[in-house]
Amino acid sequence: MKLDAVTINMLKTGIWESFYMTALSSLFAYIIGLPLGIILVVTDNGGIHPIPWLQKILGVVINLLRSVPFLILLFIALPLSKIVIGTRIGSPAIVIPLTIAAAPYVARVVESSFRELDAGVIEAAQSMGASTWQIIWKVLLPESKPSLLLGAALAVTTILSYSAMAGFTGGGGLGAIAINYGYYRYEPFLMWVSVVLLVVMVQIIQEAGNRLSRRSDKRIR
Amino acid sequence: METPIIRIKDLGKEFKTANGPVRALQDINLEVSAGEIFGIIGLSGAGKSTLVRCINYLEVPTEGDVFFEGQSMAAMTDAQRRMIRRSMGMIFQQFNLLAQRNVIRNVCFPLELTGVPKKEARQRAMELLKTVGLEDRAQAYPAQLSGGQKQRVAIARALATNPKVLLCDEATSALDPNTTKQILELLKEINQKLGVTVIVITHEMAVIEAICDRVAIIDQSRIAEVGAVSELFLNPRSAIGRKLIMGEAGEQAAGGDGSARNIRIIFDGRESTEPIISNMVLACSAPVNIMYAATRDIQGKAMGQMVVQLPEDADGAERVIDYLESIKIPYEEVNSYEA
Repeated sequence: MKLDAVTINMLKTGIWESFYMTALSSLFAYIIGLPLGIILVVTDNGGIHPIPWLQKILGVVINLLRSVPFLILLFIALPLSKIVIGTRIGSPAIVIPLTIAAAPYVARVVESSFRELDAGVIEAAQSMGASTWQIIWKVLLPESKPSLLLGAALAVTTILSYSAMAGFTGGGGLGAIAINYGYYRYEPFLMWVSVVLLVVMVQIIQEAGNRLSRRSDKRIR
Repeated sequence: METPIIRIKDLGKEFKTANGPVRALQDINLEVSAGEIFGIIGLSGAGKSTLVRCINYLEVPTEGDVFFEGQSMAAMTDAQRRMIRRSMGMIFQQFNLLAQRNVIRNVCFPLELTGVPKKEARQRAMELLKTVGLEDRAQAYPAQLSGGQKQRVAIARALATNPKVLLCDEATSALDPNTTKQILELLKEINQKLGVTVIVITHEMAVIEAICDRVAIIDQSRIAEVGAVSELFLNPRSAIGRKLIMGEAGEQAAGGDGSARNIRIIFDGRESTEPIISNMVLACSAPVNIMYAATRDIQGKAMGQMVVQLPEDADGAERVIDYLESIKIPYEEVNSYEA
């Protein structure tokens, strides 16, 4: 097996598919997960707007979704892809189960970022008469930004590695190449090339996250 | 009598914890007059931080009420309380600045909350930074500032909304003695120039002595005594008051071994030219043992105190007491205070 033009094209398509599956799923996961993370922190006992029953129910639902193995979730959620996207095979169909798996994960990641924030800063904002919304927009989010960016690198790399399982359900991407060629057809060379490309993608995402976080953090000078 | 700016009435606070209820405050009654610097002192765990948070309702009391300019805080809605909080600035031991905002944007923050136009807010923030002497650090971030500078920024921020009251929760406890002095001077200046009523929470008697007009001592969730600081120094009525006035060394000295009587003599500055102890020893022809002596600076006035052990024979002891009475030097016996 050599790296001829056809193989290289296939790998290029694989990189693109991995990229857009990850990017779209991450986007949707954050659209759902970020507000959930905010609710988890804000409605907690001793939070800025305690609603303990809501916090508890949300916590249980998130744990439930997170405890389902992704491969199982993938198969369970595919009928939903059929409804939403119109197909249950191919890379676009994977975005739905990926989002379902990643959103609760993202909720927990952003929750832990918010919890790192010094309670005194929130108390100071309250002492100035800030409302719950003002505290969320003007204190919680901007003050947690460096930590949120680090968390995003963690979440996106995790979503990328989940996306590699798309190959099992007819999706594309580098993971699918590694499985289809390397595992099913016994071509270890192509498998290793795909894996190395995935590793490089993870490195790039992580490094970008680290740098963005560091650059945005005004605590380090 | 005019309405006190803050009146705390029968206030109590109980925290529910996993190990059952914990009483933080009980039967608190206090009145703070407009324009004064009022101190609240207590040892750690006495409940003073909870008390200051009850004043602006960051903590909701479980009993009683707080009146701000005669208005009941208990009767207010959350939104109304948020409005009232803009009339009560607050500063903290750990400064609590927004780490991701620079100095000027920190000071602008409370104005942003009330919807003041950006340009106007910046102007006001610069004025305030001038007041606290930090106009040249407007673009710096909190991480680039020293502790004293951070507290100055916090003070400027707390003053942005033109509050009538400034609550200071252990505002100097994280600072070195020199910086503490500067911050206290700044608070005093703000009190005098802007007419802001200042409430100081501290565990350090030196802070109270330096700037407070009146003081409340809080001990085991209750107010032990309230009064003018000079009055407390001359005549502490509670065991905790004496402990705070004399400090640990003084207390140990006053405790003695129980074999002899100890008295605490107070000098308020008038007697500085007169060698009182020498004269007393000569006049009474009785030896006294000096156990402890210290000078305190109370609102710029030097006040001294000394614990002396009276002669062991009752006659000699009487002569010393009579002598002190005759020259009108304030004193009190301290053995009996063993609490």
